[in-house]
Amino acid sequence: MNKQPGTSGLIFNEPLLWDKSREGRCAVSLPKPDVERADLEKDLIGDAPELPQLSELDVVRHYTRLSQWNFGVDSGMYPLGSCTMKYNPKTNEVQAARQGFAGAHPFAGEEFSQGALKLMYNLEQYLAKLTGFDAVTLQPAAGAHGELAGMLMIHAYHAKMGKQRSKIIIPDTAHGTNPASASLCGYDSINIKSGDNGILEPLAVAAVMDEETAGIMVTNPNTLGLFESNIKEIADIVHSKGGLVYGDGANMNAIMGIVKPGEIGVDVLHFNLHKTFSTPHGGGGPGSGPVAVGKTLEPFLPVPRIVKELDSYKLVTDFSDTMGRLHTFYGHFGVMIRAYAYILSMGGKGLTDASKLAVLNANYVKESLKGTLNLPYDYPCMHECVFNDEFQKEYHITTMDMAKRLLDYGFHPPTVYFPLVVDSAFMVEPTETESKEDIDQFISAVKAIAKEAQENPEKLKKAPHKTKVTRLDEVAAARKPCLRG
Amino acid sequence: MRYLPHTKEDIESMLKVAGQSCLDDLFNCIPDDLKTKDSLDIPESLSEWELNAHMEELASLNIACKDYKCFIGAGSYDHYIPAIIPYLISRSEFMTAYTPYQPEVSQGTLQGIYEFQTMITELLGMDIATASHYDCGTALAEAALIALRKNKNANKIAVSSLTHPSHRQIIDTYISPAGYEIVEIPYTKEGLTDVGALGAMDDIAGIAVQSPNFFGNIEDLSSFKTVAEAKKILFIASFTEALAFGLLKNSGSFGADLVAGEGQSLGIAKSFGGPGLGLLAGTQKLMRSLPGRLIGKTKDANGDDGFVLTLATREQHIRREKASSNICSNNGLNAMTAAVYLATVGKIGIREIAQQNHDKAVYLKTSLEKAGFESVFETPFFNEFVMKAPVSFEQKRTALINDKCIFAGMRLDKFYPGLKNHYLFCATEKISKGDIDQLAKEVQE
Amino acid sequence: MKEISDLNLPDDVKYTESHEWAKIFDGIVTIGLNDYAQDQLGEIVFVELPEKGDTFSKGDEFGSVESVKAVSEIYIPISGEIVEINEDLEDAPELVNESCYENGWLVKIQPDDVSQLDDLFDKTAYFDTLKG
Repeated sequence: MNKQPGTSGLIFNEPLLWDKSREGRCAVSLPKPDVERADLEKDLIGDAPELPQLSELDVVRHYTRLSQWNFGVDSGMYPLGSCTMKYNPKTNEVQAARQGFAGAHPFAGEEFSQGALKLMYNLEQYLAKLTGFDAVTLQPAAGAHGELAGMLMIHAYHAKMGKQRSKIIIPDTAHGTNPASASLCGYDSINIKSGDNGILEPLAVAAVMDEETAGIMVTNPNTLGLFESNIKEIADIVHSKGGLVYGDGANMNAIMGIVKPGEIGVDVLHFNLHKTFSTPHGGGGPGSGPVAVGKTLEPFLPVPRIVKELDSYKLVTDFSDTMGRLHTFYGHFGVMIRAYAYILSMGGKGLTDASKLAVLNANYVKESLKGTLNLPYDYPCMHECVFNDEFQKEYHITTMDMAKRLLDYGFHPPTVYFPLVVDSAFMVEPTETESKEDIDQFISAVKAIAKEAQENPEKLKKAPHKTKVTRLDEVAAARKPCLRG
Repeated sequence: MRYLPHTKEDIESMLKVAGQSCLDDLFNCIPDDLKTKDSLDIPESLSEWELNAHMEELASLNIACKDYKCFIGAGSYDHYIPAIIPYLISRSEFMTAYTPYQPEVSQGTLQGIYEFQTMITELLGMDIATASHYDCGTALAEAALIALRKNKNANKIAVSSLTHPSHRQIIDTYISPAGYEIVEIPYTKEGLTDVGALGAMDDIAGIAVQSPNFFGNIEDLSSFKTVAEAKKILFIASFTEALAFGLLKNSGSFGADLVAGEGQSLGIAKSFGGPGLGLLAGTQKLMRSLPGRLIGKTKDANGDDGFVLTLATREQHIRREKASSNICSNNGLNAMTAAVYLATVGKIGIREIAQQNHDKAVYLKTSLEKAGFESVFETPFFNEFVMKAPVSFEQKRTALINDKCIFAGMRLDKFYPGLKNHYLFCATEKISKGDIDQLAKEVQE
Repeated sequence: MKEISDLNLPDDVKYTESHEWAKIFDGIVTIGLNDYAQDQLGEIVFVELPEKGDTFSKGDEFGSVESVKAVSEIYIPISGEIVEINEDLEDAPELVNESCYENGWLVKIQPDDVSQLDDLFDKTAYFDTLKG
């Protein structure tokens, strides 16, 4: 495979829906009315909303063409650091579409929803066993929502202990949702710097940990792809002053079957089912952010909770210390089905293998590219590695330029400009589902781009060239926002 | 394992490059005492065929596996989903793509969501709609926080007692850590929120009313807008049945500052309550206060039209602890689904479908009355209404589920303890005259 | 981004640590962002300003300035009451980039205590803080 995947081909322009609209067209098969038309008070009736009027082929062609402008995991390698863009198994779609699941009404009653409740209960058990915790809630609808749940439980815990605290320790490598979630609970973020080796140092934590601090939020491995090896000591420091440790589980893909956060001092951990557990990203969602807790925080879990009694499953809301409710019903059941099917398909050994191969792939990329791109933290990495554009500075080429040029080669760029601790970061997470050949192509693409940076920097500055649109004017979009047509 | 492509040879040559002798050595950077000693107590992997059997068995434990007649709403609605919708949104370029942070290769998602934003503003009669939220409850909680933050003098928000019970709980969960409180607005004997009760409420930062409300009744939102304007506070309208606005005057026409809603009715399967689709819309004035993703139109370097995520400086990845919300993802694929649905039904279809929902619900109500049920409210409603049933009905209701696969309404007393023997009924375009006649016959006293 | 030696730092204004400038005329103090600030921020897309009549104490956050990828708070160099805000910035936030000392001014304030201006840096002292 010598040719890079990216090539040009015929794609189609497609106007906005209302530009295609023609009075009188309709794409839906209307059911025949079989009861009398019923009147409603005239002043309650509004005009029909000005939605487009299209034929069925108009709609099908519209969205088919739009889809062809998109890049998905099924299109090519998508090494977005921190996002775990692994393959989304198609059998999971079959499972989620089963009538018994897709057609289930949330208020049908427990008796008539045992399949759903059993699935959710089992999923809770698997997630708890995977990570060494005692109980799980599946209610949060996304990772950030899970973080909020974790913060709210910590908040409820301290309220119950009789003294509410005002601060949370946040490392400089944290994802933005961490301090934002803490703020929503009324906590002040105390930001601490990681050490020169890219991980947190116990002394730095001890320096700020006090009895006003509710706890710490730690991502492990962190967003530099490095394992926080001081985690146990850090947890002890936080616990010794009555605080709790929140684990951001976004990077769980590196440690399944290898480390169980519940065993090493973490009190509460959230999962991203749409990352580690293969559920599709959907262009921005829906995701699912379950949260696992130890005995300390179990009483504060959101309600309703699923309780098993003999052979049947019940939804129970009677938990007096609950932090409350976070979702109208029970969370994103449709996403849970897919994650559950994935766990069953992989099995315990399969999940462990996935982590091992994810880490292998990332280290392979790191070693292969470290001469080409600057590697600020030259240590063994976990499932992702972070470079930057230091070597390309002399040609005035930035991380952004290289990312845009990667598009022409047929790869989705890695995560750029995050984490903030690395200037102009270029974070690569291949995931375990990428083959050696695809990774080798990616590596040679990056090397080719680094060469172009030297020999033909204009090509990068004006990249991408092969995509439907090239770089967009984000300044204009923000100055004069045009958010509707 | 079919998702793991590595051959033995691949692993060997990659380990060489990585400088390790075996896979386990890749984890030498983790101290031994931090590694787990126990194996994973997770079952052995299932083949695709075993998985199918297992999942089929689980699904069969849900009554929904059979074709059942659904006369329940309460925030999750049983509507027809045209075949082209699952067909189009399952295209993997939509499904397996990430958030459109690289707009050059995400114009499909970006134009699709821009069109979604536009159609939602049309549906709701508002200036701006976000790229969606998790569900109505969380969107409503975010709206409540906007109102509370804007008004430095008050720390309470007035919420109708006829707002979906789960939504009231979610608002409470979101606002109480910051020291804010809900004040519930009671309801009248007409089954409507009591606007008069607002007169006595002094220190409120906003008013939130759901219409159609949890009982299905249509509120007079203009009276609440008047009170909000007089108090110089924000007026928030919410809804759980998006199709209502195919027929009814939308919330924007009553001057709502913010509208939070549930979009599950727009082509999304009920799926045991999630994922649904949270909708949030606001006035131009509130644009920069809105949480969540927003997609805007712009031009590229060649002058061609294109779309990008914009106004990101409101969001957590830039504002971090100063962000007004922690929201990161939206319900992207469900927003696309709603867009495809709205494009499919169009102006003509949505009107007809909404009208039929209304017609069926009215016929259902009349039929139940004839069968011995008591009408509770003489108030206009949309596709849901409350009836008082004879005491014998509860038993009949369970029998109807087991024997005839009919879900005849939902008990209200678990949410409103004073309403014994009261049930919430719903009829959508999926319910036929024959279904209603059959139900009436079965419950006839 | 500009080299420090290329920055435009007029002699007739006072500077703050957080890169605002202040200039008094007829008892009213005009405040803006200096050349270093606008250069660091990049293309400005939005300026959030207080309202006429709002009062602040020295050092208070009185607004923010946004580029596409960043937000910066702005801090008031002296205590007082806002008497005028630059309404042109609503439609043309880029004025802060193009003319930060003239058309891109932010607010005018009626100072509580004019002597607070003496605590601010003059051009040389401010320049030293940048070099250090």
